[in-house]
Amino acid sequence: MLRDAALVAAKDLRIEARSRVAVNQVAPFAVLVLVLFAFALDPDRGVLVRASAGLFWLAVAFCALLAVQRAFAVEAADGGRDGLRLSGLDPGGIFLGKAAGVAVELLALEVLLVGGVAVLYQADLRGWGVLVLTCVLATAGLATAGCLYGVLSAGTRVRETLLPMLFVPVAAPVVLSATRAWEGALAGVASESWPWLRLLGVFAVVYAAVGTVVFGLLLEDA
Amino acid sequence: MTGAKRTLGVVAFAGLALTMLLGARLPETEEQLAYSRLIAVHPPIAWVAYVAFGVTALASLLYLFPATRHRRWDRIAAASAEVGVLFTALMLVTGSIWGKPTWGVWWVWDARLTVSALMLALLLGYGALRRVTPDPDRRAMLSAVTALGAVVVVPVNHFAVTWWRTLHQGRSLADLSPSRNLDGQYVAVMLLGFVVMTLVYVWLVWQRVLVEKAEDERGEGELAVAIEERRREGVTVA
Repeated sequence: MLRDAALVAAKDLRIEARSRVAVNQVAPFAVLVLVLFAFALDPDRGVLVRASAGLFWLAVAFCALLAVQRAFAVEAADGGRDGLRLSGLDPGGIFLGKAAGVAVELLALEVLLVGGVAVLYQADLRGWGVLVLTCVLATAGLATAGCLYGVLSAGTRVRETLLPMLFVPVAAPVVLSATRAWEGALAGVASESWPWLRLLGVFAVVYAAVGTVVFGLLLEDA
Repeated sequence: MTGAKRTLGVVAFAGLALTMLLGARLPETEEQLAYSRLIAVHPPIAWVAYVAFGVTALASLLYLFPATRHRRWDRIAAASAEVGVLFTALMLVTGSIWGKPTWGVWWVWDARLTVSALMLALLLGYGALRRVTPDPDRRAMLSAVTALGAVVVVPVNHFAVTWWRTLHQGRSLADLSPSRNLDGQYVAVMLLGFVVMTLVYVWLVWQRVLVEKAEDERGEGELAVAIEERRREGVTVA
């Protein structure tokens, strides 16, 4: 199963390396979101610095939507779904592979966004261990949940609008927990971050498990 | 069947009228004046909202297990989710109406309120998915998985917002709840409300399941007729 997952993830990342959709479209969009937040919240009043953790995770959540959208748009063209189904790969492996591909793209985007938050908002970044751990756990949660709802909405005619409706309420606790974990780290109180990190871990594990189990049903049914 | 449903409907709505009547005749309290009478409707509505969510979850799980997979569970899940949207929205509205005079604001970022609002969003997403998937079997499978995903997220949500609001503010609905020091009259009307709202819920779901079933049968009937017509025209049906 893990071998299948690696295959699918490598395929998706190879597509990305050749098409550069995430690099040319999603990454500039992410930075643009950071700039828009600065327009919405007056940069002079320190609101941006205080809210930087939340704004960062909102931007990541928006990008996760786009990345998931893209991951399943790739399969929609040229009967990719049928190809996957007939490939004999383990469905759970396909799910984990898709999620891993999205997660790698998101982690790369987060590196960019961290730079953006540091430069544009003058956020004082510290507690790197907790920051990085939060990124890994929250990204795993967003990618697994995103891929579950991605394949759910992929077969419908209105997938572009349906996916946000399904995904955003589910992603809400991830955004909330990741933001609080980051705030704890940025405030120099790592102990405040631990319960949030645990919750992020539980979320990621639960969605990975649910997705691995039901992905076969959803793929077969398409 | 129809007789039983009709009886249930009559009892449920007569009970609802009685609850309203008794609720409106409750004495005013010192702290909340007339608003305390909302206890006759708001907690029962909230109870049904949670029940509806739970029933959708349970029916969806039963559908997902191959051994118990039956269209009946899908219909019950769908009906309960639809009625759930109604009651969850009513819960938020009546809660707001109560919150304004009691807390001074229409909305507080309390754990329970936030989870309820997200629950409404999850139910709306579930409904949206159902409306855009025409094939009944595929719709049943997709919506069962969606319901499962929603159920998984509610406890996580609960923990998240509870910590969020308690780590920093320690303010909770429990402290503000008007249910302390209530006299028997209030409790009695509220309990009547619980029973009556549950009956209204059961009646609505029952009704909705029958409509759903009729729609399915009609869809299948139309398909059969259409196939028959094509056959007579001498056109091969693929």
